[in-house]
Amino acid sequence: MRLLRSLPNWLTILISFLMLLAGWQLLVMIGGYPSFILPSPANVAQQIVVVVADGRLLRHSLITISEIIPGLLIGFFVALPLGYLLAKSPLAERLISPYLIASQAIPIIAVAPLLTIWIASTYWSRVLVAALVVFFPVLINIIAGLRSVPPELYELMHALKATPGQIFRKLEFPAALPIILAGLKVGATLSVIGALVGEFVQPKSQGLGFLLVTARYQFKTDLVFVILLTLAAIALSLYGLVALVERRVLRWQT
Amino acid sequence: MNETPFLAADHIHYAYPDGDGRSVLADVSLSIAQGAFVALVGPSGVGKSTLLRILGGLLPPGGGQLWHNGRPEQAHDEPVGIVFQRDNLMPWRTVYENVVLPLELQGINGRSAAERVSQMLDLVGLAGEADAYPAQLSGGMAQRVALARALVHKPLLLLLDEPFGALDALTRERMGQELLRIWQANPVTVFMVTHSISEAVFLADEVLVMGRASGEAATITHRFPIRLPRPRRFEMQRTAVFQDEVTAVREAISV
Repeated sequence: MRLLRSLPNWLTILISFLMLLAGWQLLVMIGGYPSFILPSPANVAQQIVVVVADGRLLRHSLITISEIIPGLLIGFFVALPLGYLLAKSPLAERLISPYLIASQAIPIIAVAPLLTIWIASTYWSRVLVAALVVFFPVLINIIAGLRSVPPELYELMHALKATPGQIFRKLEFPAALPIILAGLKVGATLSVIGALVGEFVQPKSQGLGFLLVTARYQFKTDLVFVILLTLAAIALSLYGLVALVERRVLRWQT
Repeated sequence: MNETPFLAADHIHYAYPDGDGRSVLADVSLSIAQGAFVALVGPSGVGKSTLLRILGGLLPPGGGQLWHNGRPEQAHDEPVGIVFQRDNLMPWRTVYENVVLPLELQGINGRSAAERVSQMLDLVGLAGEADAYPAQLSGGMAQRVALARALVHKPLLLLLDEPFGALDALTRERMGQELLRIWQANPVTVFMVTHSISEAVFLADEVLVMGRASGEAATITHRFPIRLPRPRRFEMQRTAVFQDEVTAVREAISV
């Protein structure tokens, strides 16, 4: 145990990953499951080689990523001004927030088909689903972030005759940034789910969601696993990217 | 004293906007000479901080009139300096960046701003901490940074709202003397709210006592010009004059 703790971080992650693979392989061997029920790690690895070699994985991944990134950005940049409005105006909050909260009780999988009816573009309907999923948690964090600004710092800014623009740039935004970035991290992982849901309801010959649906119909369970791993990798990378920005921007916290 | 006061309040009233219309302050009148150091004492929750904010133009009075150098005014149009009980430094800014903030807001940048900030940091004895973040400072150091920030833009009025209330007793005593030294280097009119009677007597030219004389609303009930000479020295706290002033103020509060 002490040995495990003294190892560098990456090595412990590698060890736990290898143990996971070994357990998985053992499960397949003991249970004797056919590949279409539970493929072995070796099956999956083979399938990775195949879809990487014929370019399918990259092509569909890029399409899905091209939906995730704008979805994340749109969700974020729509939430930002609305969050500001809701945090600053009790009236706006009273008027709007009941609908916002009620909308969260409706599963996105139920709303997504509606969007495909209303929006002709396959691409944009998927982006919008991703944006919708990102929107709410980011919004909540923006409001929480802006509310966390100490009232005395507002008084300080007023004593110094700061303009509303200066108060936003030099006080509210930097003060709320840690909580906003925490929301963006949640949003980053949710945007992957959003894009995938968008693809499920619009499975038109492209994207990882389309590939997933096809693979499932063809009982290519090993391909399903490859896609799930790819989605996890995309979500992890996005999360890591935001975490990286966070470390850069919030150096003062350490 | 028939010269025009720097700041005068004439029958100021105040009621919390979201309250039930009950007055917090009623009929508060006072005048503060240019460059004076005035301290306000009184029981907790009596409305001392409210009065400080009204005088600083941070809260509009509910009634009455403020006079600034003999001119009536609704709110200060010039920036004032303010120090709170908590340092209220911006944790994402370094010491330097915190102190430069008032200049930045006035559009003063570059070398003149940098020189002024380092001058202030020298004065508060924190020249070596310019690049530190507030989280790395002790309570006393952070409060000295807050003081430097409050004076960097050479305000005419410095508001101190229980500035040393969160410090331990020893640091508090030292900060009082520091404040006098810094005040001598930056002549400014000071209005200070404090809970410590001896601190008020030691630092101020005049101590105002706030209380609820009639009914619910508070007003200034007593004023004590402090007869200690300047510069004030720590030893003066042992003199009979000092003790007498403290006793008089204490009795005025308890009545």
